[in-house]
Amino acid sequence: MDMKATKKKLGLKEKYAHMTRGLDWETTYQPKEKVFPQATFEGIKVHDWDKWEDPFRLTMDSYWKYQAEKERKLYAVLDAFAQNNGHLGITDARYLSAIKLFLTGISPLEYVAHRGFAAAGRNFPGVGPRVACLMQSIDEVRHAQTQIHALSNYNKFYEGFHAGASHQIERLWYLSVPKSFFDDAFSAGPFEWMIAIGFSFEYVLTNLLFVPFMSGAAYNGDMATVTFGFSAQSDEARHMTLGLECIKFMLEQDPDNLPIVQKWIDKWAWRGIRVLSLVSTMLDYMLPKRVMSWKEAWEIYFEQNGGALFNDLAKYGIKVPECIAQCTVDKEHQSHQLWLTLCTHSHAMGLHTWLPNAEEMDWLSAKYPNTFDKYYRPRFDQLRELADKGERFYANTLPMLCQVCQIPMLFTEPDDPTKICYRESEFQGEKYHTCSDGCKHIFDDEPEKYIQAWLPVHQVYMGNCWPEGTDPTAEGFNPLAKYLEWCHIDLARDGGDYEGSSDQANFAAWRGAATQNT
Amino acid sequence: MAVKALYDYQYPALDTQDKFHGNQLLYVGWDDHFMFAAPLAFVVPPSTKFSELVENTLTFGFGRHPEWAKIDFSKVVWLKSGQPFVPEMDKTLAEQGIKHKDALRLQTPGLNGNGTYF
Repeated sequence: MDMKATKKKLGLKEKYAHMTRGLDWETTYQPKEKVFPQATFEGIKVHDWDKWEDPFRLTMDSYWKYQAEKERKLYAVLDAFAQNNGHLGITDARYLSAIKLFLTGISPLEYVAHRGFAAAGRNFPGVGPRVACLMQSIDEVRHAQTQIHALSNYNKFYEGFHAGASHQIERLWYLSVPKSFFDDAFSAGPFEWMIAIGFSFEYVLTNLLFVPFMSGAAYNGDMATVTFGFSAQSDEARHMTLGLECIKFMLEQDPDNLPIVQKWIDKWAWRGIRVLSLVSTMLDYMLPKRVMSWKEAWEIYFEQNGGALFNDLAKYGIKVPECIAQCTVDKEHQSHQLWLTLCTHSHAMGLHTWLPNAEEMDWLSAKYPNTFDKYYRPRFDQLRELADKGERFYANTLPMLCQVCQIPMLFTEPDDPTKICYRESEFQGEKYHTCSDGCKHIFDDEPEKYIQAWLPVHQVYMGNCWPEGTDPTAEGFNPLAKYLEWCHIDLARDGGDYEGSSDQANFAAWRGAATQNT
Repeated sequence: MAVKALYDYQYPALDTQDKFHGNQLLYVGWDDHFMFAAPLAFVVPPSTKFSELVENTLTFGFGRHPEWAKIDFSKVVWLKSGQPFVPEMDKTLAEQGIKHKDALRLQTPGLNGNGTYF
């Protein structure tokens, strides 16, 4: 017997109300504050959770429908990419260093974001943010998955794609930078997490990550990356709105929240900018076909777009983060300082580096008229001179790291780009070093947290970074070789200079076979 | 200011000297020489004489720079925690108060990669 529908379908708004807010209940076995212990300890005061406006009003059934449709399209394109030898369509295999950095440094963070938003959803007493965080949590795990799937095709042909999420994110010295960033956020309370990831990272800084990556992929023939970028983009729009809604909600609920929120914005803007400095090397050095310089990206996506955002937030009393003056100085220097560092340490990395060629250095001179020729071209020239003599320089001693951002102490004084910036703090009789006023400020505010930092250089020296059963007292013990083995890096194939690498040889041979008869 | 937490938040520091098997960490940066992108981190026994530190440890780390061999160590300006510091070559690190995780800088006037800071 057929069931007769007696009523019209629910309207979207009604359905949303029933399926989200309608599912909330008052606790009876336990007082509410015991069920949601994390909601108050950070000091954020909330008087009415119902004032939370859900920006997207998405219900789970429509969420599944949209996402399933996107997945179908994405995987169709990925199949086509694989069948059409997409791995040969890129401009140059040098491009893949950027993608390796993304896969090893960013994709595992998508997974941590998935866990973090799941936790935030659990810990917020309000229904609106709970539902929004749940969806973002599912988005994030989807992003980790689709990124790994999209890039797995390269893993069949190129080196360095094999262990990013499984081993390297927890072990490799340069990946401790993004990892510690997310660990810092995840170990904070739910409100700080929302400012750290939901607002600072997903709203203020996300364009500096995704736009250069996706444009870079499009410019360099990487359809796989472009496609997952598009697939993630509509989610990102939702995440940005959630971040912004969260900050407005906190600021509107109680005037006492302002100084707490401002402190987190200051902290997480700086933390995020330090992490993203790795992206600056991608735009200025890793892309064979350039999109824009880091400085240009910074000016468009941070100074202009971010400026407009902070103008909007000024009505709540929010000020532009303190670190902006420093950033204005850094934008002229950081990509060069970082790439010089990577170039002299790629004997301990899972991706290739190279010294920029003459044409690339001219492009850098044009994009950085104030700094490149004055400070950085001579250094590349001298590294090139050594390389041409067969003496490519790699540092033989581990670098000193910043206790907070964990980047080697390579950044220079705000007023003198020829002097390394050293900052020092003391806590409980122990010394701690930071790379900048921004990182020192963060350390001094919560030293109890950062004294626990897992700094790869120190861990290596403690002897914690060899494969099980290694005897460091054995004759001929090579600590670097053992460290790389522990990181699942085969140096002969994965690291070192691109010149002479198997990626270079294979790309040339396969591309040659596709375009020539011999 | 202290960490805000749900409970008394006290954890030991991860990098205390007892974890380094009788050694100490020591950071040394050579000003004006960006061939070395960042200051170097060394592990050395506190009983190392300063002269041994220079001749062995630092020469291993910095020796590939052509200017390293040209340094007149009687004229080097040393800084410890950013403050002027006069090391005694024949005394050990411990004897002259160079502690775990101290940061030294050496400045070599006249040597700066011929003005390139390389």
